[in-house]
Formats: sequence, structure tokens, C-alpha cells
Amino acid sequence: MNALSRLGRWVRDHLILILGILVLVYMYIPNMVVALMSFNDSSHARNLYQFQSFTLNNWLHPCAPDGMCQSVAKSLEIGIIATVVATVIGTLAAFALVRHRFHGRGSMNLVLFLPMASPEIVMGSSLLALFIAFHAGGHLGTGTILIAHIMFCLSFVVVTVKSRLAGLDGNLEQAAMDLYATESQTFWKVTFPLVFPGILGAALLSFSLSFDDFIITNLNAGQTVTFPMFVWGAAQRGVPMQVNVVGTVMFLIAIAIVISGEVLSRRRSRALAG
Amino acid sequence: MVAVTPEKAAPPEPSAAPQRRPRRSRAGYWLILPAALWLGVFFILPFYSLLASSLFDPSGSVLTGYKVTYHWANFPNALRDYWIPLVRALWYAALATFFCLILGYVLAYAIAFKAGRWKNLMLVLVVAPFFTSFLIRTLSWKLILGDNGWVVSALQTVHILGANGRLLATPIAVIAGLTYNFLPFMVLPLYASLEKIDGRLIEAAGDLYASPARAFFKVTWPLSLPGVVGGTLLTFIPAAGDYINATLLGSPNQNMVGNVIQKLFTTTGDYAAAGALSVILMLIILVMVILYIRKAGTEELL
Repeated sequence: MNALSRLGRWVRDHLILILGILVLVYMYIPNMVVALMSFNDSSHARNLYQFQSFTLNNWLHPCAPDGMCQSVAKSLEIGIIATVVATVIGTLAAFALVRHRFHGRGSMNLVLFLPMASPEIVMGSSLLALFIAFHAGGHLGTGTILIAHIMFCLSFVVVTVKSRLAGLDGNLEQAAMDLYATESQTFWKVTFPLVFPGILGAALLSFSLSFDDFIITNLNAGQTVTFPMFVWGAAQRGVPMQVNVVGTVMFLIAIAIVISGEVLSRRRSRALAG
Repeated sequence: MVAVTPEKAAPPEPSAAPQRRPRRSRAGYWLILPAALWLGVFFILPFYSLLASSLFDPSGSVLTGYKVTYHWANFPNALRDYWIPLVRALWYAALATFFCLILGYVLAYAIAFKAGRWKNLMLVLVVAPFFTSFLIRTLSWKLILGDNGWVVSALQTVHILGANGRLLATPIAVIAGLTYNFLPFMVLPLYASLEKIDGRLIEAAGDLYASPARAFFKVTWPLSLPGVVGGTLLTFIPAAGDYINATLLGSPNQNMVGNVIQKLFTTTGDYAAAGALSVILMLIILVMVILYIRKAGTEELL
């Protein structure tokens, strides 16, 4: 192989990687803008979609905009409850689907897939139609939001836990049983710890889906205001810059969780190897 | 989203004991019961309510109540009044899906074949931006594409945009927003498919004197088809129902069917038309999905 074609191959190989990284950069442009705007002093600005001057005020007084922190608290509350319920119910269902044979298993798989393949506007409006049909139209609020969030989080929990469970090495459980562990000991000492990372991932995913949902929530919220609904309402008038602080904090927390998870799993695999 | 990350398919080792075999027992029913009930009552049943409301007598109102009168005319009426935002939504979603496919394929290919030990990190980086609220990120595009932003001035300098040209409130902004927002839904299934491809097949094509382009179109692309189908569906479906991008980045001239349904349900209170339009959207998507999966010939999608 001569030098020229080697150079050509190097460029070609790395071209794809470079293009891929460019696509990744593109995906981060909005996050960088959000982080930048969290330091924007918009107090005497006409155009709220432009950087004016640097300030720390937004970070020092995150709760200054009326109702914003209440809406964040509301979203946290809903997110936590929805995550716990969806994760528990979904994990049970994942065990049923992977470990048990029963009638209707195939149709259950389909029903679990459908929420992921339906447009949110259709799911949200049909739930609203249901609530109205049962004369609950006047009781829209935290309860109905929770019902909706648990519904759409469930599928994602089941799929995530299922893939973890299906990838499990059956030998380990077999070994525990051979060593006279009872069924429940095997489950709690072997199966559950092995599936746990999957459950944790599912919970994280549920929380972010719930915290971020707007379309379904907006249809079923009544007078309750979640954080995305606050942002939506504010977008009509002009968004307070503190919204960007919340966005940046959420992003940093997510990154911290992901990195610590990565470090933990590296450390564990190194410990296992060593 | 974590779900689509594949378990690397290990070749069966002769020494490996078989997976614990699923048992037929009553426990399965108890375990599945809560999820089945929840989805039955709050996902399946609502579709019946939606269907019922699409057959409401349109003269009813929130105050006087609605009756199911099998008013089938709601469907042609909804189509007559709102076919423009409906067709627009499908068209914008199709374009956004196409751009997602191009960008997503490059990224997924780079992660699967070129990233080496940075593979996991890059995968995480695909998902990480999405922990910042969807709405906030979409709003930030308003700033990037704004009339005083550098994108517009750059395009004006090279005369692609006229002196008064703008990007906001145009279809371009809406489609760009849709493309950006649903890109990870494309990347993850594509990656899952590409990751499974045996690199030796591509090498073999090269050994048999296929040009890189030919090897790609004859080997890599067909083998990645399940990911292409999965990714395009996961992008197209939510994009077709979305109204956030159209509202924040577009103008009323870019209204999509989601805007209309949302408005009919919440402000106008015309449940009959809203229900009919939702049912029409769902049916169109269902038919397209079935035709598409048939055509692409991938049955192992799920």
C-alpha cells in the first residue's frame, strides 16, 4: 500500500468519525445556548431572544419569576410518584413477560408497544375524552396528570427491564440453586442485584419523560401548572432567564448521574477482572 | 431510550447452560395484572372514548353535554376544514424524518464502526442533551435562528437569504426544529442495527472487489434496514403529532394538525371535530406504518 492511498484511507475513515462528531456537536448547540442564556441579564431588554450582558443574578435568585419554583416542585412531585409506580408495575410486568408463559402474552407485548408508537396528541386527547365521559372533566389536576404519566412511562420501563432480564446469564441462578439457595434467596441475592441496573435505568428514563412531558400533560392538567407548562405559558410573553438555570441544572444532574454510573461500572468490571 | 441499546449478541458457547426456561404458572398473571389493568383502563379504553367523541352530535357543547349520535359527517367535515394542517403535518414530518435519517445514519455509523473505545461515551452523549427540557431547547432555536442571529446574517452575507429574509416563522425553522428534536429516536435504533453487523461481511465485499460505495449499498444498508424502519417510525410518528415546534418556531401559516387538535379540545371545546381529527390522524399513521413495514419487509422490528 503506498503512502498516498494510506493517506486517502485515513482521511476517508476519519471523515465519517468527524462527520459523526459534527452531528453530535449540532445536538449540543441548544444546550450551550441554554447554559449561556442562564447568565444573560435581560432586565432592560426588548428582545428576550438575544444575549445582552453578563450577570449572576439568575443563578443567585432562581425563584424570582412568579410561580416558576412552584411549577418545578410540582413537576418533581409528579415525576417522583409516577416513576415509583411505573417502575414497580413495569418491573413486575417485565418479569412476567420474560420468565412466565401465560395466555395473552403476545397481545400484552403489543399493548405495551403501542403507547410508544402513538402520537402524544392522540393519547392525550383520548385520555381527556375518557375523563370527560366519566364526568371527571372538572377534576383534572395532579391526579389525572399522574394517571397519564404512569401510563406512558410503563412501556419504557417494561422494555428497558425486559432487555436487561433477557440478557441475564442463567448460569448464575442455576449455580445458586445448585448450592442449595432457596428460590427466594436466589431471587434476592442473585437475580435482583443483576437486574437492578436495568431497573435504575428505567426509573431514570421514566423520571425524565415525566418531568419533560408537555403535550399529554397540557390536555389533562386542568389548573395545575407543571414546569413545562410554565415555560409554555411564559413563552407567549417572554421567557424569564431563570428557566435556563433550571434547564442547565437538570442537564448537569443528568451528566453527573451518567458519569458516576459509568465510573462505577468500570470500577466493578475492573474489580471483577483483577 | 436505553432500551434500544442492544445486548451484544454473543455466539452460543457449547458449555453455556440454557437460559432459565419460562414457566407456565399462575404467578405470571399476577405479575402482569397491574400493568395490564393500567394500560387497559388508561390507554385502550380512552381510544373508545375518543372514537365515541368523534361521533358526537356536533351541536352539543361543554355546558349542554354531548350525545353519541353516530354523526359520521364529523369525519368528512373535519377533513374539509382541516386538510391543510393535516397534509402539512405529514409533509413536515416526512421531511424531518428524511433529514434525521441522513444525520442519524452518519452518527450511528460513526459510533458503531469508528468510535472504538469511545463508543459508550458517544452513545451516552446522544441521549444526554435530552435531559434538558424539550421546550427550553426548542426555545433556544428561536434565538439561534433569530433575525439578528449569526445564522441569518451568515446566510444574508452569502445571499442565500435576502436582506429582509428570515428563518423564524418559515417552514425551514419548523422542519429544522423537528429534525433536531427527534434525532436521538433515529440514532438509537440505527445504532442497534449497525452494531449487530459482522464487520467481516463488509471486508469480504471489499475483498471481492466491491467499491466502498457498492459494499455499503449491497451489504451495510440492507443489513441495517430494521434500524432504518424502526428509526423512521419512531421519528415520523411523534413528529406528525407535534405542535410545539410549529408554535414556537413557526407562525400560524405553519400550523400542523397537532395545533388544530389541541385548540379544538382546549379553547374551542369542539370535541366532536377534535375527536374525529385525532381518529383520522391515528388511522393515517396506522395505515402508513403497516404499508411501510410490508414494503420494507422487516418483520423482526419488535
